[in-house]
Amino acid sequence: MGVSLTRAAQWTPASSGTGKLESTPMNESLLKEILRFVEQFGSQHPQEAEHVFEEPLRWSTTLEASDFKTDYDISDADVQSHEKDSEGRPLLQLSPPTVYVRSFSQLSKLVHLADDKNLEEVRACLEENRDPVVKILGPSFAVILENEGANTDVLSLVGKVKEQGEDMEVKVKLFLLLQNMDNQLLSKCLKEISERVRLDPTAVKTEVELLKRFCSEGEKRLLKLVRYTSDYEFSNGCHAPPWRQARGEICYLVIEPCDTETLYITCSTAGVFLNGCIKQEGEEEESGYERTSDTYKDLVTLLKSRSPHFAENANKQDFAAQELPSTQKIQHVESVDAEEQGQPQRSYEQQEKNVHEKARQQHTPNKAGGEKKYEPCPRWKNLGLMSPSGKAEEKKPAKSSGEEKSGEIQKKKLGPGAKSKMKAEFSVSSLPGRPSSQKVKTPAGAAPVDAFSESSSESEEEEEQPERRPESNTDLPSEYWQIQKLVKYLKGGDQTATVLTLCAMMDFNLMQETCQLAIRDVGGLEVLINLLDTDEVKCKIGSLKILRKISHNVQIRRAIVDMGGLQSIVKILDSPVKDLKALAAETVANVARFRRARRTVRQYGGIKKLVKLLHCVPNLASLTANQAKDVEVARCGALALWSCSKSTKNKGAIRKAGGVPLLGRLLKSPHENMLIPVVGTLQECASEESYRIAIQNEGMIKDLVKNLSSDNDELQMHCASAIFKCAQDKQTRDLVREYKGLQPLVSLLSKANNKQLLAAATGAIWKCSISMENVAKFQEYKALETLVRLLTNQPEEVLVNVVGALGEFAQIPANKATIRKCGGIKSLVDLLTGTNQALLVNVTKAVGACATDKDNMAIIDQLDGVRLVWSLLKNPSADVQSSAAWALCPCIQNAKDAGEMVRSLVGGLELIVNLLKSTNNEVLASICAAIAKIAKDKENLAVLTDHGVVPLLAKLTNTTDDRLRRHLAEAIGHCCIWGSNRASFGDAGAVAPLVRYLKSKDKAVHQSTAMALYQLSKDPNNCITMHGKGVVKPLIHIMGSDDETLQEAAAGCVRNIRLLALANRKAQLFY
Amino acid sequence: MSAMNRKLIQTLVETISKQVEHFNKTEIECLIREFNVLVGESSIPGRAAHGLDRGRFRSILHNIFGMTDDMIMDGVCRMDGMSVLLRGTLDEKIKYCFHVFDLNGDNYISREEMFHLLKNSLIRQPTDEDPDEGIKDLVEITLKKMDHDHDGRLSFADFERAVKEENLLLEAFGNCLPDTTSIERFEQHVFREQPDQ
Repeated sequence: MGVSLTRAAQWTPASSGTGKLESTPMNESLLKEILRFVEQFGSQHPQEAEHVFEEPLRWSTTLEASDFKTDYDISDADVQSHEKDSEGRPLLQLSPPTVYVRSFSQLSKLVHLADDKNLEEVRACLEENRDPVVKILGPSFAVILENEGANTDVLSLVGKVKEQGEDMEVKVKLFLLLQNMDNQLLSKCLKEISERVRLDPTAVKTEVELLKRFCSEGEKRLLKLVRYTSDYEFSNGCHAPPWRQARGEICYLVIEPCDTETLYITCSTAGVFLNGCIKQEGEEEESGYERTSDTYKDLVTLLKSRSPHFAENANKQDFAAQELPSTQKIQHVESVDAEEQGQPQRSYEQQEKNVHEKARQQHTPNKAGGEKKYEPCPRWKNLGLMSPSGKAEEKKPAKSSGEEKSGEIQKKKLGPGAKSKMKAEFSVSSLPGRPSSQKVKTPAGAAPVDAFSESSSESEEEEEQPERRPESNTDLPSEYWQIQKLVKYLKGGDQTATVLTLCAMMDFNLMQETCQLAIRDVGGLEVLINLLDTDEVKCKIGSLKILRKISHNVQIRRAIVDMGGLQSIVKILDSPVKDLKALAAETVANVARFRRARRTVRQYGGIKKLVKLLHCVPNLASLTANQAKDVEVARCGALALWSCSKSTKNKGAIRKAGGVPLLGRLLKSPHENMLIPVVGTLQECASEESYRIAIQNEGMIKDLVKNLSSDNDELQMHCASAIFKCAQDKQTRDLVREYKGLQPLVSLLSKANNKQLLAAATGAIWKCSISMENVAKFQEYKALETLVRLLTNQPEEVLVNVVGALGEFAQIPANKATIRKCGGIKSLVDLLTGTNQALLVNVTKAVGACATDKDNMAIIDQLDGVRLVWSLLKNPSADVQSSAAWALCPCIQNAKDAGEMVRSLVGGLELIVNLLKSTNNEVLASICAAIAKIAKDKENLAVLTDHGVVPLLAKLTNTTDDRLRRHLAEAIGHCCIWGSNRASFGDAGAVAPLVRYLKSKDKAVHQSTAMALYQLSKDPNNCITMHGKGVVKPLIHIMGSDDETLQEAAAGCVRNIRLLALANRKAQLFY
Repeated sequence: MSAMNRKLIQTLVETISKQVEHFNKTEIECLIREFNVLVGESSIPGRAAHGLDRGRFRSILHNIFGMTDDMIMDGVCRMDGMSVLLRGTLDEKIKYCFHVFDLNGDNYISREEMFHLLKNSLIRQPTDEDPDEGIKDLVEITLKKMDHDHDGRLSFADFERAVKEENLLLEAFGNCLPDTTSIERFEQHVFREQPDQ
């Protein structure tokens, strides 16, 4: 209606040309605004509403005479309003189909009458009166306004029009109202325009990929088909022909939803909209490009508005999560299986890592080069972007990929001229992203391999990652096109052609990433998976033969699971055809390398089927062809179970399906290729206690020990690893010794190059050495000397185990001297500066064990080891804290001038006292033990007292933990010696709980409690409390103990009580 | 069944069991009986082998083995054909299949023969300019894979080697062997119903 309104409405493209207002959401909302304005005008501004327009607004209406009621003269089809202007013309006149309106009041009545058609009326009015303001206010007024421009100062305007008479005043008011309205509309438009998204090819591509995934998901199927009209992709990521790209169009899609007709969609930078049916590139006419719908911000929104089925289900499937597949999000979703163990199949992962490492090395120098030279070089670009995309093992922080994206967008804007410059910037910007990803990885990768803590080394686990693809396909290898052709034949061939094509496809190097991704990118994966659901055995075999190879690729695995292929594969597992079963199991083994896949296998009953595959006769000398096949099937089954066994729930499922005895049977097989997956599965599962018991009961230890002497490193490693986990149990340790497994373990130590093997072997030695009989055996094989040599230059996972073993070995006095003689003390003390918590726990333990030897202690003291151990009390891990505190006890006990040494550690005593506030009982017990040792030095005891050790100890006395009780009582006993501490303990209420300790079943508790009570009983008030709590009777009991110190302490305590009673008596008698 | 009939069968069994190794005598007898049932009791004993006319036999092969017309060759109507179908070793099957595919019997599978065998195996897409191009291409791909001596045709040696490398290629140019489930069903049907007539 206003001048600027006309402009606003014209902003939308088509309206300017044809004079029609398009049905875009923006125009729609504009019309609604105007409609509201008109509707309310009559009531809100009655005076202005009466103003007669300079010229009537006329348009062809859909209203008929019958729509009009009172206040109108109706004659036949014509209508005239009662209200007339000064010249007697009716303010509203209808001679169908044209209507003339001369005032706002009539306009407002008219839209009321039009009812639900009112929007059309407004639209028609505006379309046919392109300059409503001129008509309303007259051309002269409009001229004034035009001269003044939009910036007209209201006051000056009012002043100007006042000169022109009364009538003008109303006009001005009207004008101001209209202008106000204009402004509102404009600001609204602006907001909407700014909300319009600008799409870029990458975003579109990602979305299309996402949608494609919904095409083949069985029940969850949302769309029948999503395809580009042209598979050819230009180097900028667009599919549209260049002359259309010039108009900002990116690509054309054909989408068949499940419930409505096929949609032909144009994706342009301005958004996505339906076009005039572009089916195939090249055949369309110019009119095909015409927009036939509103513009939506993205495909999903468009589909949601067009296909109710899609909208409904898309919401269910939670697009948000899939649209931005960030590691974080998926981790959250997957947390069901959170406990995973990532140890086995190291060799494989290692290999992958190595590949990645190589790729990195390759392109890092390239990047540096890129910064110096500003030459555009497409090869280089591909290398830089493609290689990391394939090595999805590498975790890329979202940040860096974000940077990449912005880089891409930026590039698009810059155009080809600026390309080379941008490339240089890009290489710089992606650089900080990369090292940081490495940094994130390293500590996690070296996560403690501590025995059974289910230490899920997350980074080794394949995580779901955002898919990243090469940004252009200009450099596609010839294989790509050949594979594309083959997939075409796969799609359109009968079973004979399919089998031939599959065979031809097998001739490609399917382990090569280009081929793997090519198969996926040309849609071959869908076809292969579809083949699995047919009845054609040969097609299934061919398909699986390809799938088992390409599923070595991380992205392919994910794609298979996303497409629901894993379900089909699991279904095949109980096929009667043995070849099929074996192939399916092998494919499962490859695919189930990440959690979601493992869960899928379990949920579709795959574990049971896999366990069934294990039935065979493995150890016959000569097998018939049929039996040999059974063995092969079992081997593949074991491989699959191995992969699956990394999920805790799957371990349980394998056991429930009766897999353990079957695995035990296969363990007797003479073939390495069978043994490796079987032992791999067992060692993976041995993290569960039920498995450890089963392994022992089924007599598998014997076979495990036997295979320790195999000449296959991997098999040895898995056996050692299984023993490592099982040897937690004493009986297992004894069995290992019985079956003469200790010597092969020691001989494995010589394989210092294979770190994983070394880690497993040292782990097994560590756990076995918990039994002293084993340690004696190990001594025979000179294990200790070898172990001490391994203290240097080894990876942490080896060190943890070696040091753990040393800690156990050092329980025997002779070994302490051996460690010293081999120079082990220095290595151990050096390790105290590390950061690996599992390692620190073991190191402190070993140092503590060594410190029980005076000569060792001298060396430790000399190397400043005590200070290092002491500073570990600051470590955030409770395990390290307690382990360090335990190690301190022998150190303090055996150090030459312990008191002086402790005092020299600035802030050390305060640190110790503060740790009494810990909530961890083990820490508390260890700290109490350390305090007991420290308190033997009077001066230090004084400092401890100053730091408030007495109330803190007293507060702990209510514990029921016997281990803590014992050391707490000991600490209290030693702390009594200083000043008024005895009375303070009494005041703090520590005495009564201590008396209760005597009811404990633990002898050690009794001993330290008796000592403490003896010390406390030197204070008369404490005696009274004790007596009141009935201490005498249990003390007399304890006096009958064999332990002299205990006898003495108990007797001393009773004596003190008695003396007090006597003194009291005397006092009563004589005074 | 007459005594003479029975005797005839007995002698037939004797002769056949000498030629065919995969069946024992009872099984052969069962097969003959089944054959007679299929041919119909009315046919003259002793001429049973000729009593099965072509159309009828074709329908049997269709019904039992799900074969297509192309694949029905004279060879299968002999008992050793049956033996290959049901119990054949890989070598036997290779030989058999090769002969099936060698349409003109010149001991080579030529490009033309392949083309003929494969001509219906691709769905024609209306967009293709030359509908045969895909099949020609498929033939080339196959030759590339199987023609080891590069003479542009498949000799038996080529075929044998290719199949041994990849068993799936046994029926490379069309289905001509029954699948395992059909075999099982057939054997069950014939061997288990020991006729007590």
